Amino acid sequence: MYDFSYQQPANLADAAKVLLGDPEAKALAGGMTYIPVLKQRLAKPSVIVDLVKLGLTGITVGANSVTVGAMTTHATVAKSAAVAGKIRGLAALAGMIGDEAVRHRGTIGGSIANNDPAADYPAAALALGATIKTNKRSIKADDFFTGMFSTSLEQDEIITAVEFPVPEKSGYEKFRNPASRYAIVGVFVAKFPAGVRVAVTGAGQGGVFRQTAMEQALSANFAADAVANIKTPADGLNGDIHASAEYRAHLVGVIAKRAVAKAA
Amino acid sequence: MPFEGIGASVRRKEDVRFLSGHGNYTDDINRPGQVHAFIKRADRPHAAINGIDTAAAAKAPGVVAVFTGADMAADNVGGLPCGWQIHNKDGSPMAEPPHPVLAIGKVRHVGDPVAVVIAETRQAAKDAAELITIDYTDLPSAATLKDAVAPNAPRVHDEVAGNVCYDWHIGDKAMVDAAFAKATKVVKLDLTNNRLIPNAMEPRAAIGEWDTSSGDYTLYTTSQNPHVIRLLMGAFVLHIPENKLRVVAPDVGGGFGSKIYHYAEEAIVTWASAKVRRPIKWTAERNESFMSDAHGRDHVSTAEMALDTDGNFLALRISTLANMGAYLSTFAPCIPTYLYATLLAGVYKTPLIYCEVKAVFTNTVPVDAYRGAGRPEATFLVERLVDVIAHDTGKDRIAVRRQNFIPADAFPYQTPVALQYDSGNYQATLDAALKAADYAGFEARRTAAKARGKLRGIGVSTYIEACGIAPSAVVGSLGARAGLYECANIRVHPTGSVTVFTGSHSHGQGHETTFAQLVSAQLGVPIEQVEVVHGDTGKIPFGMGTYGSRSLAVGGSAMVKAMDKVIAKGKKIAAHLMEASVDDIEFADGKFTVAGTDKSKALAEISLAAYVPHNYPIEELEPGLEETAFYDPKNFTFPAGCHVCEVEVDMDTGVPEVVSFVAVDDVGRVINPMIVEGQVQGGVAQGVGQALLENAVYDAQGQLLSGSFMDYTMPRADNVPNIKVATEVTLCTHNPLGVKGCGEVGAIGSPPAVIGAIVDALRDYGVRHINMPATPGKLWSIIQSGRPAMAAE
Repeated sequence: MYDFSYQQPANLADAAKVLLGDPEAKALAGGMTYIPVLKQRLAKPSVIVDLVKLGLTGITVGANSVTVGAMTTHATVAKSAAVAGKIRGLAALAGMIGDEAVRHRGTIGGSIANNDPAADYPAAALALGATIKTNKRSIKADDFFTGMFSTSLEQDEIITAVEFPVPEKSGYEKFRNPASRYAIVGVFVAKFPAGVRVAVTGAGQGGVFRQTAMEQALSANFAADAVANIKTPADGLNGDIHASAEYRAHLVGVIAKRAVAKAA
Repeated sequence: MPFEGIGASVRRKEDVRFLSGHGNYTDDINRPGQVHAFIKRADRPHAAINGIDTAAAAKAPGVVAVFTGADMAADNVGGLPCGWQIHNKDGSPMAEPPHPVLAIGKVRHVGDPVAVVIAETRQAAKDAAELITIDYTDLPSAATLKDAVAPNAPRVHDEVAGNVCYDWHIGDKAMVDAAFAKATKVVKLDLTNNRLIPNAMEPRAAIGEWDTSSGDYTLYTTSQNPHVIRLLMGAFVLHIPENKLRVVAPDVGGGFGSKIYHYAEEAIVTWASAKVRRPIKWTAERNESFMSDAHGRDHVSTAEMALDTDGNFLALRISTLANMGAYLSTFAPCIPTYLYATLLAGVYKTPLIYCEVKAVFTNTVPVDAYRGAGRPEATFLVERLVDVIAHDTGKDRIAVRRQNFIPADAFPYQTPVALQYDSGNYQATLDAALKAADYAGFEARRTAAKARGKLRGIGVSTYIEACGIAPSAVVGSLGARAGLYECANIRVHPTGSVTVFTGSHSHGQGHETTFAQLVSAQLGVPIEQVEVVHGDTGKIPFGMGTYGSRSLAVGGSAMVKAMDKVIAKGKKIAAHLMEASVDDIEFADGKFTVAGTDKSKALAEISLAAYVPHNYPIEELEPGLEETAFYDPKNFTFPAGCHVCEVEVDMDTGVPEVVSFVAVDDVGRVINPMIVEGQVQGGVAQGVGQALLENAVYDAQGQLLSGSFMDYTMPRADNVPNIKVATEVTLCTHNPLGVKGCGEVGAIGSPPAVIGAIVDALRDYGVRHINMPATPGKLWSIIQSGRPAMAAE
């Protein structure tokens, strides 16, 4: 990696100040994506602003919501009985990210801020209609993910927590890339009294997206068979050496069925 | 003393240091005053170099020196040599274009080394390399076999027309064509053998050191054959005589063939260490491994079998395109010829075989031997063709095999493609494997799987390989520029402990244990008193190294010969000490005994007398007890066997899973069953990897798309089932141990068994063959587009 300077600010204001004052500064959460990027010399930050000392860890469970601090690791979420009790699919998703080492370093805030089109957490945030809380504001998930590796975060904006509404049922399933084990297709389903939301990660050229035809069908009948005949157009889906766009489109249906079947 | 001899599953002596992090690998070695090299590589597949500006890099902090191909040329450094010459059909030699250590004039593949920066730290070298500017003119590239043989294809080497390295053949074409003309049925199959990237766990590394006092060079390197590297680099590249060049290959973390060859980086650090007068270390980063380690396989073939009315194989006709990559790697030309076409008889009595092979240059990384080397390509072709013959003629796959097997009483058996098999029993390994796999009960398992939404299939491969390479005179006549014997030195120390110096090299195979067992068995010494030393031209008399499953068959046989000499000398000493005739001395269990008496002397008493020769036949016998032997094999060895694989394919996603795997191998006499089982398991894991997962993919321009573990699918633990391993034994008839070799059987036998199982799983979808890797997307397409014969059920 290239040389950079490294800071561990003690509070959000200091961290934001460094980020605002230097367009080449970069916030670091768990580093499970960014450290490999640095090692490959694909980024040349001036300053790494490590968010580790900002006290952003922890899970708060309310009557109708679960709030996960931005620096909470995947392993913590996966093992949380409180999360599993309220949002089964969220705990399950966290336990399916990467491997054991990644789950003990990687964080929810880092995953969502990075918005890798093959990452898992964006599917949960979008399907559950989460609110992304930052040092400046609250952003609805529907407005947060703006494209591949792109979000509505500003240069000096730091995610502090993600608040998830508690659904009646939720489930997540994914089809892994055989090499990287990232999602080729991941589908999160969340059943709320007002209706069902379905978010698809891994497949879309623009990152995570909602599958509205499935949402309508599942709102009418929350059963795996309800999505069996719903086609996802291949247009706008990724194709690569592992899976064509057509195959991904097909997998969205299969994986959605499995996510619904798992939902609890 | 526990049983530690031949046939004992002795725990691997070397594993304590490996598993506790105390292995001593090349990158673990640091020499006083050492500096670091970083190689600037081509980022494009094919371009003319108009100029290289190294001025800024040379002035960068910490930089000691920057060199390019011009610097090496000015020093009269030679190109990287090729160790095997193939001749064309017309008798002319193959095209052998220059392979400069650092590119001169042109780059020909992504990863081609262009310049080297030597600096105080690795980081400084890497930083400075970014300051090198190379003025390129991009040229059109030939990225795949198909592109390279197309009319008017861009030339990888200006002097090589049509990109053809050689156009070679074996067998009697006229007789084969005549047999086809008379055949009642011809079955044809087009198939590819996918390109693989070896990915040894330890990346390649090299340290060059020049002794300012003696002028001697030392190269520490990740090699399977340090003496071969000394020969190639010393004689052809750097012009350093053997007495001034030592090559050390310490612990090496996997090779699979990729560490046989002499690579540019070895020559660069050795040459430059004298220029800068400091030791220089280079260690590959993983992405460099992907673009600079020799790749494996990459064939496109058409195979045809002529059959008579009864389904007997009459003649086999094959045409193969083999990818050489951009330059000839050390042994590349022999892989798709003498290690491939000579195995096309397989285990069958096919009387006539003709094979033509066109080796082709492309703008890709050089291709050379990879675990199995030619023999997996032959096995995949023959075994897939046999399955397709069964499919096309409506016969049972097993019956077709049994009908055409070389019978157990036909050995020695002369094939129509040069080899003479010494021993084997193909019915026996087939029977044992079918029984262990419960082949008879398969259809019930298939039916049960269907109820779970899984398509279950079973595949069988009855393979053979040629190992223990090789008789020097034979390979010499076929174009090898080296002999392929092995050397061993057995040093019995004064107190009776033993050091074995072997030219074989261990990079994971467990030689320190297996060879110690051999010594223990023959000399009667406990294995903890046996030390096995390999991998250092400064210690070992000579050696040709480890590849082609040759270490035990050739290297072990050399040890047996050397120990025979030790025992013969020991008998003379014992006869003197016990005042008996040499002819009356017998040696067994570590003791020299006067026949028919209870008078005996232990080996340690004899060795002590040899080194303290006070009472010693000094007039006729030299002191000391140390013997060297070279063993040149009389023939190849021919391990064979049967692999049975069961898979389940998910009907919704196309995902295949290997649910059962049985390997019954005849590797001759087994010295350490546990090590054999481990070798077979590792080989099968690589075979499953090739069949289902691994694929080196270049885009149309020649960029490597599968250039990291993010996209190159290495098999992981959850891709590989528990593998049932068993052995059936027919002894090799021509080496003293009766051993055949076990290092490659897993990788050779398994891919057609896996693909056979996949095709069987999809038998209702109108498919008779699937090329590797059988990825989920590929299988889903077949399921989607196929017309299931029983769709109505």
